[in-house]
Formats: sequence, structure tokens, C-alpha cells
Amino acid sequence: MERFSLDAAHLLAGGMVLVSFMMLYQNRILGLLNVFAAHAVVLSLSVAWQAYVQAAPHLFVTAAIALILKAIIIPVALHHMVLRLGVHRDIETVGGIGPTMLMGMGLVALSMVVMLPAAAEADPIAREDLALALSVILLGLLMMVTRQNAISQVVGFMSLENGLVLAATGARGMPLVVEISVAFSVLVAFIVIGVFLFRIRERFDTIDTQALDDFREGRE
Amino acid sequence: MTAFLHQLPFAPIDAVLVVPGIAALLLALIPQYKLGARINMLASGLTFLCALTLLVERPDPAVSFLFVDDLNVVFVVLGTFVGFTTSIFSASYIGHEIEIGRLKPGYIRFYHGMYQALSFSMNLGLTANNIGLMWVAVELATLTTVLMVGLYRTQAALEAAWKYFILGSVGIALALFGTILIYMAARPVIGEGHDAMVWTTLIANAAAFSPELLNVAFVFLMLGYGTKVGLAPLHAWLPDAHAEGPTPISAVLSGLLLNVALYALLRFKMLLAANPFAVAPGPLLVTLGLVSLIFAAFMLYLRRDIKRLFAYSSIEHMGLIAFAFGMGGPLANFAGLLHMTMHSLTKSAIFFAVGQVAQVKGTQKIADIRGLTESHPTLGWSLVVGVAAIAGLPPMGIFTSEFLLVSSTFAREPLLAIPLVIGLLLAFGALIWRLTGVAFGKPSPSVEHTGRRPSMLPLIIHLVLVLIAGLYLPGPVVAWFQNVARMLG
Repeated sequence: MERFSLDAAHLLAGGMVLVSFMMLYQNRILGLLNVFAAHAVVLSLSVAWQAYVQAAPHLFVTAAIALILKAIIIPVALHHMVLRLGVHRDIETVGGIGPTMLMGMGLVALSMVVMLPAAAEADPIAREDLALALSVILLGLLMMVTRQNAISQVVGFMSLENGLVLAATGARGMPLVVEISVAFSVLVAFIVIGVFLFRIRERFDTIDTQALDDFREGRE
Repeated sequence: MTAFLHQLPFAPIDAVLVVPGIAALLLALIPQYKLGARINMLASGLTFLCALTLLVERPDPAVSFLFVDDLNVVFVVLGTFVGFTTSIFSASYIGHEIEIGRLKPGYIRFYHGMYQALSFSMNLGLTANNIGLMWVAVELATLTTVLMVGLYRTQAALEAAWKYFILGSVGIALALFGTILIYMAARPVIGEGHDAMVWTTLIANAAAFSPELLNVAFVFLMLGYGTKVGLAPLHAWLPDAHAEGPTPISAVLSGLLLNVALYALLRFKMLLAANPFAVAPGPLLVTLGLVSLIFAAFMLYLRRDIKRLFAYSSIEHMGLIAFAFGMGGPLANFAGLLHMTMHSLTKSAIFFAVGQVAQVKGTQKIADIRGLTESHPTLGWSLVVGVAAIAGLPPMGIFTSEFLLVSSTFAREPLLAIPLVIGLLLAFGALIWRLTGVAFGKPSPSVEHTGRRPSMLPLIIHLVLVLIAGLYLPGPVVAWFQNVARMLG
């Protein structure tokens, strides 16, 4: 049973890394949102499994928040926003898909090399989970760097936060205060971003952040 | 005094949070500008008074989520003081911005509410006795400042706010990962649950933590909170946020928010220093500090916008402060603390002046601002004094701290002192060069307004304090800073 619970936890956390890679090669916003929803579903399964293994019922709350908020409400809302703004076109990546995927693999390798020895004294579930969580975080960062479109940067940021939740739930007995606050901060962040997207829409014809940069270059 | 404080119906440390908290809710309901500005000043003043009482009255860390020690009380008192004087400046400045139609009156409730929410979150971050709570507070402070930077709703302001938001969020996310790692390191020693995130327990048990985990955690905390401190190469958000937001917010950003992030870094540095096997955090801080100093010093020559100029000067000074704390030891830590205090006071004073300059000249472009001392003598000379102080001319306080820092570095690591001095001289040259253009010569045309002039009082108070500190530091302050410098190791 002990062996199985470990394997299942690693499978789910590894699944998140896989879905993170899937996000990297999406070239349409709507497709990206669907994959993000899948990311959140895997996160919620993983958190629920941790709740069961650690016999920590409060983690089920975190799992439910992940499922309801990140897998359903936010993707649906962003979906509507994308259609309303009329930006459901191809999104361009900096550097192309191939090099991005290669860099992603490099980042995963890096997080393994860094975290596995460093967390050797922590228990094995946490050790592997931390390494996988760091991979998800770094892949989220990579996505924010390689995408120029505001909505895909937001999605990259949220996948990064998913990695944080994975790390926090993997740390046995971490106080609930922090988990709720993470979920809450995603909500707040989302509201803020929503506000900004609409404000930006009022002022710009595009929500491509490259356009914002061009604008600034001309001014300074 | 202590007996009197015990008779109060609430603890002063709670009041430091409760006053801005209530004021934020109240101000969010007040649409009248004048009333709102008065309540804002009153609440900020009250918070400052409550913070002063923390100098003599400490809560028991065992029964509270909050704690006060010699280190954070310096940050709280300084922060609430600058918050108070900025609220005085903001009252007249924002009034003027409404008169000229740059700020819509509808945003007043939002602005004042956010101002107090920012004050609340910064005080919470500084006094939290829990690394998770501290993280939440810094995140809250980031979100409120993002909203304030975008206040003018111009293209440039939105772009600055967006950039700040994205970079700030990434920084804050990395800091959370570092926080989780600290918990993981503490758990085998302290046990599961709340205790493994409490500062006072963490620092007491740090020697037994896994050094490898602490090392990795510090890298993430350094990158995360370092982004908020504005250390190069993580500084990209800072100049935009300073230049495009309302000037009182630029003053608060430079004077307070950077310090809160720096405080978080210092706490974690103490944690690592308490573990004999962990990597020494000093060299990392020294490197980032020097990079920021030199980078910002060069960038100062290229600025064309006056608020951006002083934003880069903030990067330079945060680099200096990080360098000082990275060097460590009683003398360098003392210099770092003094420099931080002086920089907060001077930089906010400069922003008070620059805000008015931009209003009277109708532009932020350095090239279009000339001859200030002739057209607006009080304002012009205040700016001259402020810039002379920030550039490190004697007899102002920044000269004292920079002198201490340079001389102690020469004594211990002469090789590090060379880039330090080069950076200081470069920045000095840039600031004086820009200042002569702005302050002297034939005046450029001014925009005349019939409305009220912003108050000069906060500006003068700050500069007088900096001057006094440069001439004579009172004995108790010296003793206090020496004590904190010892704590920082």
C-alpha cells in the first residue's frame, strides 16, 4: 500500500508536468485554455490523493477549490472573454515551439538535479513531489517568457501557481492558512487581471503585450 | 508610559493593523475628496503614533501571530512615518491632480482605500511572526500597489501596472516556493503544523535544519523578494511603476515597499546565518548589490524622464543597502540600516519635490525642465538640497552612511571597495549633471494654476531630518542601530 500510494502520487505529479508540456505547444488560445483546465483537474486529483494518503481532510478543500475555480470557473470565464474580445486567433511564440520544448526539458532536468539531492532528508513523497512541482513552476515561467499575448501569460502564471499548490500540499502538515491564501490569491490575481484586460481593451486595439512594449519604446 | 499603555483597551501592535484596516474600509465609502484626504491623514498619523509606542511595549510572541523585536520596529516606525508625511503631501497633490482633470474624482474612494490597505499590508508583513503570513502580506501589498500604479488609466500607466503585476507575481511566486522549502527544512526538526512556520521557533532551531534545503530555499527567496527590492537584473518593473503612477505612490514605493521586501530578505539571511552548514548568504547579496549599483549608475545617464531618473537612483541605493547587509559585521550592518533610513526619507522627499515640479512645468521630461531655482525658488532649492543629499554630499545623512560603508569595505575587502566607489562616483556625476540642468539656467515656461499649491511641509521635515542625521546622530539611535547591527550578524 505504501509503495502504491507513492507511485500514485508520483504518477499524478508527473501528469502535471506532462500537461505543462502540452500547454507549451498550444498555438491557439482556446486550445490553451482547455489544456489549462486539464492541468487544474490533474492538480485537483493530485491534491485529493495527498489528502487521502496524509489523512488530512482539509486538503480536500484545496482540491475542491482547484477543481471548481481553476478547472471550471476561470477557464470558462477566460473563454468568454477571449470570444468577446475577438482574439481567438493563432498566438505567436518567441523562438518557436521546438526550441521551447527543448528548453522545457532542460528545465525539468535542472529541477531534478537541484531538488532530489537537496530534499534527500525530507520524506520520499515530498522529495519527488517537490522536484516535479519545481518543474511545473519553471515550465509556467518558461511559458510566460515565450508567449507575447496577455491571456497566455496569465495562463502561464496560473499554471505556475498550480505548481506552487502541488509543492505546498506535498509538504506534509503545512498549515491550511497558506493553501487557502494561495487559492485566494489566484482569485484576487484573476480579478485584477480581468480588470486590466478590460482596461487594456478600452485603450488598445490588441492585447498583445508586444504592442505595449512597442508603445513604451516610442515614448522613452 | 508602559503603565499607561497597559490601560489601553487594545494592544498597540494590533492598532498598527486595525487603524489602517478600518480606515481602508471607511475611506472606500467616502466619495468627497477633502473629507477623504483628512481621514487618510488622520489614520496615517494615528498609525504612526501607535507604531511609536512599539518602541517601549512588546507583545508576547507566544500568544500572538505578530511579534516585535529591535529589527522590525525600525522598519515599522520608519514606514509609518513616511506613510504619514506622504498622506499630507498626497492630500494637496491629489487635490491638484483632480483640479487639472488628470485624475477622475470617481477614483478618489479607490485611491484612499488602497492607500490604507497598502499601509495595513506593509505593517502586517513587517510584524508577522509567521513566514506564510508575511508572504501573504507582501502579496497583498503588491496587488494594492499594482492597482495604484494603474490609477491614471493612461496607456503608459496601464502598461507599467501590467509589467509590475506580471514581474511582481512571478517574484512573489518564487518567494512562496522558497517559503515552502523553509517549512520542509523545519518540519523534521520542529514537527508538523503551525510551529514550523513561526519566526521565533524557526530561528531558535535553525542550526538543526537541513543545510541543502535551506540553500535552495534561499536562492528562491532571494530571487522572489529580490524582485520586489528591485535588485538588478530583476528590476524591470521598478522604473515604469515609479514613473507612471501618482507621485505619492512613487514616494511610498521607494520609501516603504522596497524596504518591506528587504526586511523579508534580511530575516531569511538571519535564518541561514544561524545554520553553520548552510551557504553564506552574504556574497550573494554583495554580488546582486554591486550589479544593481553599477548598472543603475550607468542607466542614470540615459534617463530622459525625471521620475524614471530617481527610480533608477532607488535601484542604485537598494543595491548599496543590499551590499552593506551582504558584507555583514557590526559596522557594515550599521551603515546599511542608516543608509536605508536616510534613503527612505530623502527619496520620498525628492519625489514630493518632483511631483510638484511635474505639476508646475506640466511635463516629466528632463529636457523641458530648466531654471527651477529661478522660477520657483523654494521648490527648486529643496530639490537641489534633496538631490545633493541623495548623491551623497556632506553634511547630509547619506554621506555619513556611504562613508561608513566605503571605509569599512576598504578595511575588510579592498577589492570590493573599488567597484563600490566607482559606482558611487558614476551615480554622483549623473545626478549632479542632471540637477544643474534642471535647477539652474534660464527658466523654461511654467504652467500657471490658480489652485492650491501642494504642501511643502513634508518635504522640509524629511530634509531637515536627513540633515540632522548627517550632523549629529542622537546617542539612543546609535545604540539602537548598533544593537540591531549585532542581531543581523
